Amino acid sequence: MAADVKAPPLRTLPIAPDLAPGAMAGSKPYVATDKMQQALGFPGELGEGWQERALGKMGELLGKYRSLKVYLDSCVHCGACSDKCHYFLGTGDPINMPVARQDLMRSVYRRHFTLAGKVFPKLVGARDLTKEVLDQWYSYYNQCSECRRCSVFCPYGIDTAEITMAGKEIMDAAGLGQKYTNEIIGKVHRIGNNLGLPGPALADTLEGLEEDVKEETGADVRFPLDEKGAEVLLVTPSADFFAEPHVDSLIGYAKVFHAAGIRWTLSSRASEAGNFGLFIGNYDQLQKIALRIREAALELGVKRIVVGECGHAWRVAYSMWNTLAGIGAGGTDPFARQLQSQLDLRYKQPTHICELTWDLIQRGALTLDKEANDHRVVTFHDSCNVARASRMGDTPGGQFEIPRAIIRAVANKYVEMAPGTTHEQTFCCGGGGGLLTDELLDLRVKGALPRMEALREVADGQSVNFMATICAICKAQFTKVLPYYGFKMSMVGGVHQLVSTAIRLGAKH
Amino acid sequence: MSTIEVAGKTFDTDEEGYLVNLADWNEDIAGHIAKLENVDMTSNHWEVVNFLRKYYEEYQIAPAVRVLTKAIGKQLGPEKGNSQYLYELFPYGPAKQACKIAGLPKPTGCV
Repeated sequence: MAADVKAPPLRTLPIAPDLAPGAMAGSKPYVATDKMQQALGFPGELGEGWQERALGKMGELLGKYRSLKVYLDSCVHCGACSDKCHYFLGTGDPINMPVARQDLMRSVYRRHFTLAGKVFPKLVGARDLTKEVLDQWYSYYNQCSECRRCSVFCPYGIDTAEITMAGKEIMDAAGLGQKYTNEIIGKVHRIGNNLGLPGPALADTLEGLEEDVKEETGADVRFPLDEKGAEVLLVTPSADFFAEPHVDSLIGYAKVFHAAGIRWTLSSRASEAGNFGLFIGNYDQLQKIALRIREAALELGVKRIVVGECGHAWRVAYSMWNTLAGIGAGGTDPFARQLQSQLDLRYKQPTHICELTWDLIQRGALTLDKEANDHRVVTFHDSCNVARASRMGDTPGGQFEIPRAIIRAVANKYVEMAPGTTHEQTFCCGGGGGLLTDELLDLRVKGALPRMEALREVADGQSVNFMATICAICKAQFTKVLPYYGFKMSMVGGVHQLVSTAIRLGAKH
Repeated sequence: MSTIEVAGKTFDTDEEGYLVNLADWNEDIAGHIAKLENVDMTSNHWEVVNFLRKYYEEYQIAPAVRVLTKAIGKQLGPEKGNSQYLYELFPYGPAKQACKIAGLPKPTGCV
């Protein structure tokens, strides 16, 4: 018998967690105040008649969105989605299986909108929309980041995100809103951005950045605000003005525009790319927020609209701005037509900042010193809304390839995380969909588990020390949760932060 | 609505302990909130809190992290003008924790 028979060490396989029923039943975000609700046109509180309002809204949505009805009708409980949600993997709570999350609404749908559920509710798992059921909705629809990973694996293509959005829309109509999202939407309308950063503060912040970059590079890189006649309007998340590491990407965009000689401007009216109307599934808010961008573009007379590093904003911009606001073909009202004649249609409208930068790199318009990033071993975290709800460039998968191509052009050391955790199967950061709020930190930390496992593997095995993303939520979420997993918070940053490090401008010290 | 009690008086806060009325703020309240946050206030902490309040008065918002680090670097020395130092002072994050102690509203959004 051969002497050297050896079994290889067992590998660590992805294992579905042990079930922990009810583990996250108590997790819920703060409720919006009556003032926050009323500012968005929602009832201030649950109060009398909430059930009629909720069911009325549900009926309206079922009539308006055929997709919702199909999703609620067609699930066969095959289980393909059950171990695909990062919140289920991180919490073990069975209601965080996408199918169970859908069933929270499906049971109510059957009771109130199908014959079988009206006549034999028990036989078909139908439930009345009671206060207890609503409370369960509030808890578990606020444990879905609307990242759509489960839908990739569903043989019917059921999109749990749309069900979650409908759930939030129904709860808002009943008078039960989520504070984090709804307070922020109010600020967008009142002040112009999610942060509540008024124009003068924005101007002061941008002026400071000009000084910083001058000191660092010697170049007069500008951060223009409200400049009429600029070619490009840059719309970016307000976190880019305020937070770290976000601001390093903003500096990167400015350096790219400077190096390429493109006249650009920010707008104080549209000083926010994010559109939380998406997260609460409310079309009116989605449109109202999107229209600010059109107003700013018309007011400033720009030829191009470019979107900064913000995941869900790019979904809204790429997939919805056309019909919401006439940015891109689709709008037919006079303002949409005026905008179409104003924009330079040789360019994509809108353009992602990564498309713009990659185009310049390919044309040799930027001078890049890759060695400047040699202290970094970089990996890329695909952000859910970019990966699964948009595209970049001219070929399928451009939204995966273009950010990676930029990273490879500006850094020498690049490593991929495990297949099955990136590209269209990417794991959410754990903070998307309106869950990036402190009272949900336990959920956020747990939801980050699958991404942290994939990162741990490349950090230990291949010395990765920088995870690049193109989303403000991902950046803020990882900054907060990385330390819980033993990583440094400075390990996360933007793709344009890497560009900023490598790019060489005309005048240098 | 939650409240805190300082020197026999009651003040409204939101669920997370941020003061509702900015005008209520005084150093005793700041010290009280800091205690709840397990932050031991030193003169360096006060430099940050006072700068935040001054900036807020002018701009109606807390300063961006970069604006804050630059200002603190000028006042306390360049080796302290970075966010790492601010995290040492306010472990839950300079923007949120320092704002809470300074009696300012919480910065919202993707931060």
